[in-house]
Amino acid sequence: MSDFPFLSILTLLPLVGAAVVAFIPRSKAELAKLVALVWSLVVLALSIFMWAAFAVDGDRFQFHESYPWIPAWGANFTFAADGIALVMLMLIAILFPVVILASWHDVDQSKRSAPAYFALLLTFEFTMIGVFAAADVFLFYVFFEVMLIPMYFIIGSFGSGQKQYAAVKFFLYSLVGGLFMLAAVIGLWVVGGRTFDFAELAQGAGSLDTNTARWLFLGFFVAFAIKAPFFPFHTWLPDSGGAAPAGAAALLVGVMDKVGTFGILRYCLSLFPEASRWFAPAALTLAVIGIIYAALLAVGQNDLKRLVSYTSIAHFGFIGIGIFAFTTQAGTGAVLYMVNHGLATGLLFIVVGMFVARRGSALVSDFGGAGKLVPVLAGVLFFAGLASLALPGTAPFVSEFLVLIGTFSTHKGFAVVATLGIILAAAYVLWMIQRTTQGTLNPALTEVPAMSKDITLREKVVVAPLIALLLVLGFYPKPVTDVINPAVQATLQDVGTTDPAPTAVADGKVGG
Amino acid sequence: MEQTVEFAPATGVLSLIWLLVAIPLASAAVLLLLGRRADKWGHWLGVLSVAASFVLGLVFFANLAGLESGSRSAELSLWEFIAVGKLQVDFGLLFDPLSGVFVLLITGVGSLIHLYAVGYMEHDPGRRRFFGYFNLFVAAMLLLVLGNNYVMLYFGWEGVGLASYLLISFWYTRPSAATAGKKAFLMNRVGDAGLAIGIFIMFATLGTTDYGAVFNGLSGLSATTVLVLGLLLLIGACGKSGQFPLQAWLPDAMEGPTPVSALIHAATMVTAGVYLIARSNPVYTANETLQLVTVAVGAITLLMGCIIGAAKDDIKRVLAWSTVSQIGYMFLGVGLGGGAYALAIIHLLAHGFFKANMFLGAGSVMHGMHDQVDIRRFGALSKHMKITWLTFATGWLAIIGIPPLSGYFSKEPIIAAAFEREVAWEAWVFGLAALLGAGLTAFYMTRLFVLTFHGPARWTEDNQHPHESPLIMTIPLILLAIGSVAAGWLMSTSVADWLTPVFGAEQAEPHGVLSHTMITILSLVVTVIGAGLAWSLFRRGTALEPQPAGVVVTAARRNLYTDAFNEAVFERPGIYLTRALVFLDNKGVDGVVNGIAAAVGGGSGRLRRLQTGFVRSYALSMLTGAMLVVGAFIAIQLGWLV
Repeated sequence: MSDFPFLSILTLLPLVGAAVVAFIPRSKAELAKLVALVWSLVVLALSIFMWAAFAVDGDRFQFHESYPWIPAWGANFTFAADGIALVMLMLIAILFPVVILASWHDVDQSKRSAPAYFALLLTFEFTMIGVFAAADVFLFYVFFEVMLIPMYFIIGSFGSGQKQYAAVKFFLYSLVGGLFMLAAVIGLWVVGGRTFDFAELAQGAGSLDTNTARWLFLGFFVAFAIKAPFFPFHTWLPDSGGAAPAGAAALLVGVMDKVGTFGILRYCLSLFPEASRWFAPAALTLAVIGIIYAALLAVGQNDLKRLVSYTSIAHFGFIGIGIFAFTTQAGTGAVLYMVNHGLATGLLFIVVGMFVARRGSALVSDFGGAGKLVPVLAGVLFFAGLASLALPGTAPFVSEFLVLIGTFSTHKGFAVVATLGIILAAAYVLWMIQRTTQGTLNPALTEVPAMSKDITLREKVVVAPLIALLLVLGFYPKPVTDVINPAVQATLQDVGTTDPAPTAVADGKVGG
Repeated sequence: MEQTVEFAPATGVLSLIWLLVAIPLASAAVLLLLGRRADKWGHWLGVLSVAASFVLGLVFFANLAGLESGSRSAELSLWEFIAVGKLQVDFGLLFDPLSGVFVLLITGVGSLIHLYAVGYMEHDPGRRRFFGYFNLFVAAMLLLVLGNNYVMLYFGWEGVGLASYLLISFWYTRPSAATAGKKAFLMNRVGDAGLAIGIFIMFATLGTTDYGAVFNGLSGLSATTVLVLGLLLLIGACGKSGQFPLQAWLPDAMEGPTPVSALIHAATMVTAGVYLIARSNPVYTANETLQLVTVAVGAITLLMGCIIGAAKDDIKRVLAWSTVSQIGYMFLGVGLGGGAYALAIIHLLAHGFFKANMFLGAGSVMHGMHDQVDIRRFGALSKHMKITWLTFATGWLAIIGIPPLSGYFSKEPIIAAAFEREVAWEAWVFGLAALLGAGLTAFYMTRLFVLTFHGPARWTEDNQHPHESPLIMTIPLILLAIGSVAAGWLMSTSVADWLTPVFGAEQAEPHGVLSHTMITILSLVVTVIGAGLAWSLFRRGTALEPQPAGVVVTAARRNLYTDAFNEAVFERPGIYLTRALVFLDNKGVDGVVNGIAAAVGGGSGRLRRLQTGFVRSYALSMLTGAMLVVGAFIAIQLGWLV
């Protein structure tokens, strides 16, 4: 089964689907939605097969495929997945059908074309799968740039509020980051033996000149730091997250932003190990500032979607320290965080979208006491909030705990400051809950008929799988950590770091 | 002489201890997922699940008692929870003498309070939801005491925090309830952060979070590390147990329904901090400074609770401050260490009975008085609510420590132990604090009792017909009253021996600054003085309006200005900082980047175009940002080259 060309088929499948959906006439909007949903479910089914075929104890990279593309440059269509890419591909496969179902009525009210919207979503899935499945640096770069296009149109054409402003800002931030990466990609090709193949480049990583490697690292890092986003490159995200349709926003922070952290893990760390170690203190500093800074900003937001965007920036800070702490626990925690954050923040964005769709406004001050009207929906919002503040029993606890405990063993100060972030997380979640669903009922809400309609069957089907996954992985995360762990260890081997021994054991005072 | 901690694997019936947690958890899931469909019978499922856990707890307890005293423990690993590199954390449970008594307290008192709540919440449309949360609490609390490593403890620790939040803000449409719930969760998270960092230290130094391995590895740690570790755990304990300086949330938690106050905010959850320190006794015993700090926290808190409690007029708030104060005694006990560990646990169990009894009694009074909570508006209720009056009386006599009720057997030995500190000034300071606390306790509890049940009736106009509560509420009261009377004597004779495997045998010779007989006499004298004073002051009732008061009483009414301090030092600056950052992020970080771009692009006139999405400005803004980073890099490089 592992000879089956999973990755190329997975990548192309949604593109074909997008083409099919795009050709469905506007008058048959329901058919377009149905085709898009079924198509994304087929992708999910195939991904599950791929997960089953992945050998946890096997090679670091599996499902390797390579087809010639531009022989003169040595660029190939090379696909391969390690455990890190595998869990991200699985996350994509799970989130897309959920988001498609959640976005069912998003276009109905507007004058826009529903088939176009769902075709864009499938196109976006194509670029997402491609960027994580690529094992050729040039191919990765191309997907990295192409993925902007569907999201640009989703925000710009189907968003709300200052959507044009947000879309352009999003595009330019990413594009400029991409230009830095392009420069670094070309530089890498020149000094790295005129190849784009990741495996070959990683092997030659040690022979790069120190200064050159640091410059190249920086080119990649700036692109990824904008994408993730890390403080101070973050200001595009609240605008985009606030303007994008809620489902698309879930994909934006749940999947697309992970390309940044994934890129750092795969490309910065493995290709420039010395530079990664050299830059680590700076990166850790940015990440920790981001945790505290963005959490404080989230507390102060009056727009639900912007609020969730800021919580995401804080969460990316945790992922950032996990990556640059260079321990097995922190690294595995960071990757697990990427998955769990996709589920938790994805759920949060989707539920916020359900509230916004009912109220016709995303402003916190337009709610108040809504729990009285929509108790179940308020309960789901609360659960999503709990997952976001990493309560034990929900999956994000495991990843946050791993990141912090792993970081503490190498960087005590950073870990302690980051731990204070869990207090702020409780503050922004609970205050948001209090202002929207608790307290006296805002009289304006009773005048909106939609606000008295509690969760529908479709909405239950949307949230149920995410809630179930968050709980199951909260109690039994091992199936996922076992997949991630070897890939993280291989990455840390590339970086050239080893876990510190427990200090008391290292001193020989306690038998290890 | 190092003692090695070892736990025996669970065998036979004891391998089913996971059911203790699973049953209430399953019940909570059913109640919350089925929704209104379970409204008719949900509360009975809630009661039954806790009762079932209690019965199982008794069976397991008997089994544990049947084991040889040397291997009286049962450790059970359910599944691998986290296994990454050297970090190995199992979903593991430990049933030993310490967790055993907690299981019986939680499920035993819990069953009675669940039963009581069936009556108390009868007319509340959210009763099923209430029982769902209540069961969730019991499950989390049992996990907290049954975990065999600190991560499991943390799991339950935050779980009870969640349940506490849900139940404090149960009547979520009241803004005060929603605020109180949030406040409780936030202050608890401050403590949780401390506990979490403590766990990180264990892993970084010892490579494990299992109780046994941590305790056995302590000898390899420096004194400073042990001190820091213990202080971090103490922060966690203070947050959960409402101890100074994290006490402010507990009185506000009275916004929740009264059964919640009785079970969570008196009998069980708030004693989790005592459990944490008692469980970690090898850590605390290993460092004298750590013990001194813990004793000081206990002494400060117990006096603070008494003083504030004496100035409050809300029956539940008086009881809440009393809880703060009584847990102060427990902290004092666990801080003293040695034989006092067991004394603190005995006081914890006795307190579980008499305080639950009084909270439920207060609920019964409120039930008969249309939810009135102001003790100035009670009086003469002894004639109308005989069962409530008599059961409350046992709780009152127990807490002030009148022999032979339970409080006498559990509190007086802690006072005596405080006088036995090795350093003389410590013995005097902490001993006298505990003694003074006993007198103050007698004063404020007698004030509460007399104003509620005796003296002239001072009822409001609309509320002239107080009535006794139904049997479903009075039966738990009677059972808890029996416990309040008898428990102390029973436990003081056997519990200390039972806990020996956990705390080690008591070796210290009594060498106090005062003889034990002297302390007994003194504590009875201050108790009688405090109670007599209160009785004579309040037997004719009290003014219905707040009276002008001196500095001390005014300060006590305002919680000794601790809330004002928190507001001035944390809340207000926090709010201003947040507002400033929101402004800065919108106008600053974004604005600076965009602004530099505009300047580079040629004049401020272009700033306006930013808002319409002027493409070149953005490109420039990004370029500027990136140039800044590159510039910084070059600067570092140059410095590095030099």
